[in-house]
Amino acid sequence: MSVPARVAALAVAVAAVVGFGIFVALYYIGSEGSLPTVHYTASGGQVNVVLQEDPQNNSSSRPDWVSYYVQDPVTRQWQHTTLFSVPANTRVNVTIYGYDGCTPLRNNFWSQVLGTTGGTVNVQQFNKARALGPARTVSLINSWASCNVGHTFAIPAMGLFVPVPSPSATATLCSSSPCTPSSGAYSLEKFSFTSPSHTGVWRWQCLIPCGGGFIDGNSGPMQTEGYMTGQMQVVA
Amino acid sequence: MAQNPAANDRGPASPAAGGGAEPRHWLRLLLIWVPLSAAAILVIWFVWYPHLPPGDMTDAASGQQFDIAVLAVTAAPVVIGVLLYFVYALVVWRARPGDDGDGAPIYGHTKVQAWWIIITSVVVLWAFAFGTYELIVPAGAGGGEGPSPIWKLAGVQTAAWSPGTNDMLQVQAIAQQWTWTYRFPQFGGMETTTLDLPVGMPVEFHVTSLDVIHSFWAYKLGVKADANPLVDNVAYVKAKQLGGFEVRCNELCGIWHGAMYNSGQVVTPAAFQSWAAGIETKERSIGVLAALPPYTLIYDPTVVPQLGRNLVKVAGITGANGYYYPPSDPVQP
Repeated sequence: MSVPARVAALAVAVAAVVGFGIFVALYYIGSEGSLPTVHYTASGGQVNVVLQEDPQNNSSSRPDWVSYYVQDPVTRQWQHTTLFSVPANTRVNVTIYGYDGCTPLRNNFWSQVLGTTGGTVNVQQFNKARALGPARTVSLINSWASCNVGHTFAIPAMGLFVPVPSPSATATLCSSSPCTPSSGAYSLEKFSFTSPSHTGVWRWQCLIPCGGGFIDGNSGPMQTEGYMTGQMQVVA
Repeated sequence: MAQNPAANDRGPASPAAGGGAEPRHWLRLLLIWVPLSAAAILVIWFVWYPHLPPGDMTDAASGQQFDIAVLAVTAAPVVIGVLLYFVYALVVWRARPGDDGDGAPIYGHTKVQAWWIIITSVVVLWAFAFGTYELIVPAGAGGGEGPSPIWKLAGVQTAAWSPGTNDMLQVQAIAQQWTWTYRFPQFGGMETTTLDLPVGMPVEFHVTSLDVIHSFWAYKLGVKADANPLVDNVAYVKAKQLGGFEVRCNELCGIWHGAMYNSGQVVTPAAFQSWAAGIETKERSIGVLAALPPYTLIYDPTVVPQLGRNLVKVAGITGANGYYYPPSDPVQP
């Protein structure tokens, strides 16, 4: 083979390898970038963020992963995403519908409510939109006492750690996502916190090892944005 | 014409290719090397040393700062010698234009070889002896020593901690994806998300993990100890200054490894006692202490002590509790 032919062959081989690498990178970057961000705007100095966590989700690729959903404040539609934005230095009122069943915390310290306004959350249990008891204001939901914590909502950099209660162990859970109040048992949790005074991105996560099928329960949905971890963008 | 200083230094004036007297290259090199090395040592010790990481907030940190300075002072003459020889060879022994001749032949030189072996041996043995001493004397130099530390920091092991004494403060650093918490067995086993420490008093860290391998790295404290599941890794420190510090994970542990950090501060012993006692009181009153497992040096996440049995066998509380799922999973409880 002549020298020009060798050079050409080498160039083609290098181009093929580099091109494949670029394709793989762009494929993953593209797939990650498809998550929508739900934007919450303040009204009267407050903003109302509404989330739900489900035992499954409506994606085609990973339908059996547990997942959070974020409600669009305008359309009231549930978005399968974990990215949302709130204004800076604003009271953020969070409502979480807990449709998933219980899983014990790996560190029961996270049963404690930390970082919310007043250090408490307001919780109430429902079954198909029917209240099973009065709403309670608590500062601790002991996940080791009984089947009562499904997941957590935590923004570690803000010192915000909130256990999210679950329906009872015998309750019939919602089986089609996004869940609705009429689809099964759920818990309703409300709490508030003040968003940071400066703009930026705060990552949030669940501290329950709820990645079923993965070692230590910490991979899969636990490490994938759009499922059990996400980002709260603080905007001006 | 390239020449070799060993060959050329055999005589005081070996004839060179050009016919002139060959200069004493070793003497030249020595006269350049000595002042350069002296200057470098002075700059390192008096200018660089006070600003070297990780600072001098604790005994471990200042010890590491001292170690880095000493090793830099040790290395500087060696580095300067190598670079100087390199530059000198490029300048003095380069081939001049039109010089197509061969370089001078290189022969063995026993004296040079002997000195090379002696000097490098002394440097290496010095680094070994100094490093060993500096690891032993400051009780592990801030590194994790495993569950049975050989080199212990002086301090009194007590069930209750008091300021103004030599009581060893027990602090358990617990890692999990992706945050740190800290337990204080001398304060009822209370747990926090931030780490306060008393100045001037010995601290014994017990580092462990609830899931994968992490690494407890309090950079300004000069402490770094691996956090392994079901392992108690002990490290010591004594703070010398008041101030804040960060705790980071130094072992790649998943997608949010880079965000696995929180903060701490060194405060006065009285302020520390007030802080710790306050948290203990709060956690006792709202039931956190009762909800926590009894303080132990390691924790098995699949066991709920309050229920007295293995988690996977607890009806109604099954799930992703730290074990491999069967092939039929994933399922949700």
